Amino acid sequence: MLRAAATLGPSLGRRLLSAAATQAVPAPNQQPEIFYNKIFIDNEWHDAVSKKTFPTVNPATGEVICQVAEGDKALETLDNGKPYVISYLVDLDMVLKCLRYYAGWADKYHGKTIPIDGDFFSYTRHEPVGVCGQIIPWNFPLLMQAWKLGPALATGNVVVMKVAEQTPLTALYVANLIKEAGFPPGVVNIVPGFGPTAGAAVASHEDVDKVAFTGSTEIGRLIQVAAGSSNLKRVTLELGGKSPNIIMSDADMDWAVEQAHFALFFNQGQCCCAGSRTFVQEDVYNEFVERSVARAKSRVVGNPFDSKTEQGPQVDETQFKKILGYINSGKQEGAKLLCGGGPAADRGYYIQPTVFGDVQDGMTIAKEEIFGPVMQILKFKTIEEVVGRANNSSYGLAAAVFTKDLDKANYLSQALQAGTVWVNCYDVFGAQSPFGGYKMSGSGRELGEYGLQAYTEVKTVTVKIPQKNS
Amino acid sequence: MSSSGKPDIPAPLTNLKIQYTKIFINNEWHSSVSGKKFPVFNPATEEMICHVEEGDKEDVDKAVKAARQAFQIGSPWRTMDASERGRLLFKLADLIERDRLLLATMEAMDSGKIFSNAYLMDVTVCVKALQYYAGWADKIQGRTIPADGNVFTYTRHEPIGVCGQIIPWNFPLVMLIGKIAPALSCGNTVVLKPAEETPLTALHVASLIKEVGKIIKEAAGKSNLKRVTLELGGKSPCIVFADADLDSAVEFAHQGVFFHQGQCCIAASRLFVEESIYDEFVRRSVERAKKYVFGNPLAAGVNQGPQVNKQQRDKILDLIESGKKEGAKLECGGGPWGNKGYFIQPTVFSNVTDDMRIAKEEIFGPVQQIMKFKSLDDVIKRANNTHYGLAAGIFTKDLDKAITVSSALQAGTVWVNCYLVASPQCSFGGFKMSGNGREMGEYGLHEYTEVKTVTVKISQKNS
Repeated sequence: MLRAAATLGPSLGRRLLSAAATQAVPAPNQQPEIFYNKIFIDNEWHDAVSKKTFPTVNPATGEVICQVAEGDKALETLDNGKPYVISYLVDLDMVLKCLRYYAGWADKYHGKTIPIDGDFFSYTRHEPVGVCGQIIPWNFPLLMQAWKLGPALATGNVVVMKVAEQTPLTALYVANLIKEAGFPPGVVNIVPGFGPTAGAAVASHEDVDKVAFTGSTEIGRLIQVAAGSSNLKRVTLELGGKSPNIIMSDADMDWAVEQAHFALFFNQGQCCCAGSRTFVQEDVYNEFVERSVARAKSRVVGNPFDSKTEQGPQVDETQFKKILGYINSGKQEGAKLLCGGGPAADRGYYIQPTVFGDVQDGMTIAKEEIFGPVMQILKFKTIEEVVGRANNSSYGLAAAVFTKDLDKANYLSQALQAGTVWVNCYDVFGAQSPFGGYKMSGSGRELGEYGLQAYTEVKTVTVKIPQKNS
Repeated sequence: MSSSGKPDIPAPLTNLKIQYTKIFINNEWHSSVSGKKFPVFNPATEEMICHVEEGDKEDVDKAVKAARQAFQIGSPWRTMDASERGRLLFKLADLIERDRLLLATMEAMDSGKIFSNAYLMDVTVCVKALQYYAGWADKIQGRTIPADGNVFTYTRHEPIGVCGQIIPWNFPLVMLIGKIAPALSCGNTVVLKPAEETPLTALHVASLIKEVGKIIKEAAGKSNLKRVTLELGGKSPCIVFADADLDSAVEFAHQGVFFHQGQCCIAASRLFVEESIYDEFVRRSVERAKKYVFGNPLAAGVNQGPQVNKQQRDKILDLIESGKKEGAKLECGGGPWGNKGYFIQPTVFSNVTDDMRIAKEEIFGPVQQIMKFKSLDDVIKRANNTHYGLAAGIFTKDLDKAITVSSALQAGTVWVNCYLVASPQCSFGGFKMSGNGREMGEYGLHEYTEVKTVTVKISQKNS
């Protein structure tokens, strides 16, 4: 992905701009027709049983795009607010790569034949789990859909997917592509709806064999409880984070500043793995803060269809208010507001890129996931100290280390309690490498070969034979 | 394959022009250094199709130099994403699919292969194998290893480098793809020498490689055998037990030895049939062997083509004569067919004994040997009593027999109640003198991978 974005480094904005300028990115249709707004079951479109619909809102303007049946291209940007150029160059690129990657695994996930004691022939079959309920969030609608469908379908499962009520449109468009691609009816079913109704129904359904959920830790708990209270369906969770980004004094300063900025502000701060606690070693703290503030001030906030825009609106009013609430707590609890701190426009859910300095570990903004464009910079002295403080969180999704020193890099990457540790980079994803959380950031891994495990039921077959020969 | 019940396929191309007849190095076409060319023949008509540049040591040196250059650290090929290597292989599969009719026509003309087989099977196998190995490219994973001591240890699965690949004439396209797909998937570069009997489809595929991208470097020329993997001959046994489904066993055993005019390394060329069903099995096999229509492999309705060249035909006839002389019972066939082309009648010998030449030597022609057996232990010994060990087949409904015999046979592939079933997911290769190493499947990657262990000193280990 983000390889595309991350390798651009300090010139992320510039590269994307020039790509748009040289027409590597076609102009967006800012008023796309919405063809698919119903429930997709058995390769057909259905109204909700209740006939209810709900509105999906354009977060750039606050206006309703259309009504979507409530079941329990330009489209992603319209629905989510992320800059169009990024949607086109990054989200879509990662979606394609993920699907192609898992297409390749379909006939390669081998079981084993096993040299068991005794006169037996023993082997394992890697079978699909069955009906997989998949509940996906609104921050990367298409990409989260691909991350879920790829491994589930590659291993031969069938899917009931509940898409986020904030951003159902691209998933429903893809449903039609699924039919066009030739998947038999019933293999993929997509239900737009709300968490407490449709989502809960999936998690507690007696005939769903497995549930995969990406979203907040708060809801993740409810999913796990529902699974246990119903039929003990298998559960994987990708939840929140408060990921530490550790800048050692020997780091490449320019690179570290830009990467730390990207780590927090990408996707309007709406990333589960956002680097939302930036620990900077004291020797370089002042300079780092100064440069980070300058960078945040230069961040271009605006209409996501404008190719100059780096930051679009937050996804909806709920998130908008919640983030402003956190910013207030930061001010009240004594963090130093260095830039931003409020809404960025009169219409739409835009928030100014905000930086807090002198953040202390006990502050709310240092502990809770904000999911918005609000950066926390904290100071540390020694490597041992920062390990303790970085790990002092109930989350454990990701972490990063910026250093030139081999031993420091190895020490920190071993010690940090996080499912992904980035060294001298951030938000580098590949379909090939697994991703997931320690502790309350979730359970299980997505992507890579490891991503197949959750969608596989291992059956051991042991056959009596007349005589064992090795 | 029988000629009936096949899906409708287009007619082969008429007046096919052979566009590519030179040596392919660095995505460019070269004449031979010496200026020499050699003729390529159609074995059904004995007519010359065209001339092809004849590579020699100097041409190989050029090719190896190019392949080595393309493999240098920092080269486009070495710095390419593994997933992108996969994309290129996938694109090549698409182009082969696009040129299916042309390739099938060319393959049938050059090798004597039945056109409908080339169209339906050979090209399909190529497309699937490329798609399969395209999928592996970014899944070739090393390991991190909990080594003793304060070290961080991991392995990289690196490409080996320049891979010399020498392929035969019996399945020119399939052999080509079977070699380059895993090699390229792992990131190697290739110098490939196709068989002089059948160079044409390899050269067309080279043009598709150029079309796919400027990145993959591939070359063709003549070379000396290097080290590594060998896929050699066989004298594969088929064992039919009295409880087998007789019709099915007869058909599989028949296809097993007669497919592609018997020119398969895995031909089921020693057929062991349990005593109590022997006579009936021979009778049905002979009846089956008589259902062949000879002719030009491009013509509709023809289901037996010629042997690939005069040399092969003469060798097969010589072995048939030895069978007659050494006392095997000739049930049908036994000689050539027609005035033109290297055709041989499907031939069945019964009452064959283990010491006869036809029971020991690889014939590589349409000649079936049927032997009798009594006991399970005995037939296992007889089946294994050969320098070869490529494949084997077992026909039985009994669970214990199936497991016991498949465990005991010294063969790289054992088929139970079937034969000639192959797919890119399943590895293939020989025991003993049938070769070493495995092709296809995940195991097929091993030969094209060099494992490097990296061990880094660290200040403190934590599990």
